[in-house]
Amino acid sequence: MIDRMASAMLLRELVSGMALTLKYFFSPKVTLNYPYERGALSPRFKGEHALRRYPNGEERCIACKLCEAVCPAQCIVIESEPREDGSRRTTRYDIDMTKCIYCGLCEEACPVDAIVQGPNLEFSVETREELIYQKDKLLANGDRWEPMLAERLRLDAPYR
Amino acid sequence: MSDFIATPFGTLVITVAQALALLVPLLVAVAYLTYGERKVLAAMQMRKGPNVVGPFGLGQPFADAIKMLMKETIIPSGASRALFMMAPMITFGLAMIAWAVIPVNDGWAVADINVGILYLFAISSLGVYGVIIAGWASNSKYAFLGALRSAAQMVSYEVSMGFVIVTVLLCVGSLNLTAIVRAQEHVWFFIPLFPMFIIFFISALAETNRAPFDLPEGESELVAGFFVEYSSLSFGLFFLGEYANMILMSALTTILFLGGWYPPLSIVPFTWVPGPVWFILKICLCLFTFVWVRATFPRYRYDQLMRLGWKVFLPFSLFWLVLTAFVLKLTGWLPA
Repeated sequence: MIDRMASAMLLRELVSGMALTLKYFFSPKVTLNYPYERGALSPRFKGEHALRRYPNGEERCIACKLCEAVCPAQCIVIESEPREDGSRRTTRYDIDMTKCIYCGLCEEACPVDAIVQGPNLEFSVETREELIYQKDKLLANGDRWEPMLAERLRLDAPYR
Repeated sequence: MSDFIATPFGTLVITVAQALALLVPLLVAVAYLTYGERKVLAAMQMRKGPNVVGPFGLGQPFADAIKMLMKETIIPSGASRALFMMAPMITFGLAMIAWAVIPVNDGWAVADINVGILYLFAISSLGVYGVIIAGWASNSKYAFLGALRSAAQMVSYEVSMGFVIVTVLLCVGSLNLTAIVRAQEHVWFFIPLFPMFIIFFISALAETNRAPFDLPEGESELVAGFFVEYSSLSFGLFFLGEYANMILMSALTTILFLGGWYPPLSIVPFTWVPGPVWFILKICLCLFTFVWVRATFPRYRYDQLMRLGWKVFLPFSLFWLVLTAFVLKLTGWLPA
């Protein structure tokens, strides 16, 4: 009782709280100076989508529409018809990035590793229309990020 | 020159110059107090704080000021226009005029009046009016609740603060702020009157509506308290007034308990530093503690706040007042 009153009178708890914050005042800061410093990304990071090509330049997508079927947000729209050489290719491959929930099911469904989600997370734009990706935009993304996309797939391959 | 000073116009010019010499650095200090607060809070939460505008983010206060001035002044349609615009001016004006009696160095007060502490106490009591008028004139229930809370809180803590000041006055025997500091030349009052020092500091926190007594602002339940409806410059005036009040309360703590412009020890390396520098350093220490407390403690509940004010601080400070009077009388230390 006396003990409790003494510690209340001497503001013991308040002082120990203040000591704790003072300790943190001098502790190293954990802030990442974002545009200049970045945190590490896992190879499984699900960022912006890309359509990949084979090394000879042929696009991988065979218009099987598995990704369109599996997509829980139904943000993928594919139309396809046979090309002159008889192979089945997409004539339209749209992803509505405003609908996409970045679950990664499309890249898991893809039998030819054509649609993948890359490491890019900075693709903000100023209009809504720009977020409805067409096939050429996705292929350009694939060309741009191909070295990193291939590395990602290689690192993740043992677990697939 | 001395003829010129003797004329009424000359006196006016000198007084205005003195006031500007005090208020301009004060306003810059207010701007940098917001910066310092953000930096200290950030450091205590292991963040870096503002560091983008200018070196170490030192341009941040000015960026904030420009942003604030650019905003639209919104007057709610139900508001009482004249009172609504008057409230921030009252708050800001009172925070400024209180500085007239603060002695930065021996004899460096704009108005070295004999009832300095009484003047300060009167001014800080008037501060409630700015708050009440703002809350009333906004015609908004949140602003009104904030104003009620703020008024009740400021009045409650002013009582125990008054007793603390009376205790100091007993030890000094003068209401003049310069005399109060001079009485602390050998021993600062926070040593013999340590419990009163703590009570005064906590009451100062409550008086300036700072955490953990920031219920009038209560971001989580009242949005911003009595100044929810304010924007742009009128909000800025409240903000400036609030931070100027913080500095004022720190200055008052320094004068009453931390020996004003006196160095901690009257030996060589300390006496080289001029008095105003010591004064400013002590104010900075108090302000750091203001922010430090904010970083440490959660907000009080309103009934707890009232209980602390009326049931703990008031009897305690009254007891210490009587005890101090007894000790002074018995030892014959009571100043003439």
